[in-house]
Amino acid sequence: MPTFYEKRQVVTPGDMLAEGDYVPGENTFRENGKLYATRVGLVEYEERKVSVVALKAFYVPKVGDTVIGKITDITLGGWIIDVNAPYAGLLRASDVIERSYRPQKDDLSSIFDVGDLVIAKIIAYDRTRDPLLTVREPGLGKITRGQIIKITPTKIPRIIGRKGSMISIIKRETGCHILLGQNGLVMISGKNAKDTQLAVMAIRKIESESHTSGLTDRVTEMLKKMKEKEGEIKNAQD
Amino acid sequence: MPKTEGKLLNKDGVRIDGRKPTELRPTRIEVGVLSNADGSAYIEQGKNKILAAVYGPHEAHPKHLALPDRSLLRCRYHMAPFSVDERKSPAPSRRDIELSKVIREALEPSIFLEYYPRTSIDLFIEVLQAHGGTRCAGVTVASLALADGGIPLRDLTVACAAGKVEGQLVLDLNDDEDKMGEADVPLAYMPNLDAVTLLQMDGQLTIEEFEKAINLALEGCKQLYQLQKEALRTKYVTVKEEEVEEE
Repeated sequence: MPTFYEKRQVVTPGDMLAEGDYVPGENTFRENGKLYATRVGLVEYEERKVSVVALKAFYVPKVGDTVIGKITDITLGGWIIDVNAPYAGLLRASDVIERSYRPQKDDLSSIFDVGDLVIAKIIAYDRTRDPLLTVREPGLGKITRGQIIKITPTKIPRIIGRKGSMISIIKRETGCHILLGQNGLVMISGKNAKDTQLAVMAIRKIESESHTSGLTDRVTEMLKKMKEKEGEIKNAQD
Repeated sequence: MPKTEGKLLNKDGVRIDGRKPTELRPTRIEVGVLSNADGSAYIEQGKNKILAAVYGPHEAHPKHLALPDRSLLRCRYHMAPFSVDERKSPAPSRRDIELSKVIREALEPSIFLEYYPRTSIDLFIEVLQAHGGTRCAGVTVASLALADGGIPLRDLTVACAAGKVEGQLVLDLNDDEDKMGEADVPLAYMPNLDAVTLLQMDGQLTIEEFEKAINLALEGCKQLYQLQKEALRTKYVTVKEEEVEEE
């Protein structure tokens, strides 16, 4: 029962990863007892499980995910939200309004208008129905400040880091408030534009170098260097 | 013997563009060339220059076209007005529409369409310069655009033509050989799964010649497949190398 690649080697769709008694994991499929890759990515062998960590993929909704979305339309019973996925998210009016919802009287656009950004949680989804969202939990709701950037959704775990190590470094070094949507949208809000810019740079660096090792140290180093530089400029001005 | 005797093939068996009978045109492939598309790729095969872009999967518009059990693959093959010697009308011709269908059907088996029901995947193949065999190059480059867009595939699809000019079987026909030669057999293929997804023939071949032509086209496909894989890997490996220099 051989495997055909080394761990963390780049594979392309159709590459035969293993033959025999293996379990197909993410981004792989089995045909005639052979396992193949379905996406470009890095191959992982764990025990009998073979999976591919995709280098580029789009977001597919999952129940329990926190996502950042944009209101695209208002219907009779709620809002339609673009969550950067193949399917549009639905948010019911009754989820937001405390008392019972009266379509004739309540003006939904005064709560969330088209173009507003919200942070929401997916409470129901399967392939036959569009994802249903909720904002009725602490920390969810309209986003009123900050900057939004888009990254490949598969790289969100890398930005969080092991037990949140990476994200806490960025937060500490830049003093920014950062919200990660599982759908690849990231909200960053800092005290000033420079702090925000620094956090954006760090996240972009992680995105483009996500498949390399020792990234946490390099990001810390970069942030420290940038801050020193800024300090020097400030001192010179004074 | 046809009138073109000695024109397409000289007495040493060298073809009109200096190739050997079983040689592909020089090919260069690049992946991820368009920033606004979800996935994109570009190919130069001889004098062919083709750009492919993929959008999706996203909600199908108009909505009534959406399928309840799988994603809808829409494909547009289009030749730019300046892609051929005589200006071509930019409106989709009868030929454009047929090739769109043929390319769509060549790619459909490679995509896990059933993973994303009620959505559509939109594929655009723009021929910037044409010099024979654009349907094959179109399939090859479109498959890469799909992979670049992160769409799950069973395998990369690769296409190549074989044919007959002046009684000799040749690989990867160019425009002159296609027009003046005796036969042209375009073939699309998924190498790892060993499955043919497109097979056409224009002209006349004996059964033996036909079998030989298919085998020749398959060999060509396998060579192009290596170039495809290399192009996909290059996009990510370059990032790695930049870093090594840094450290």
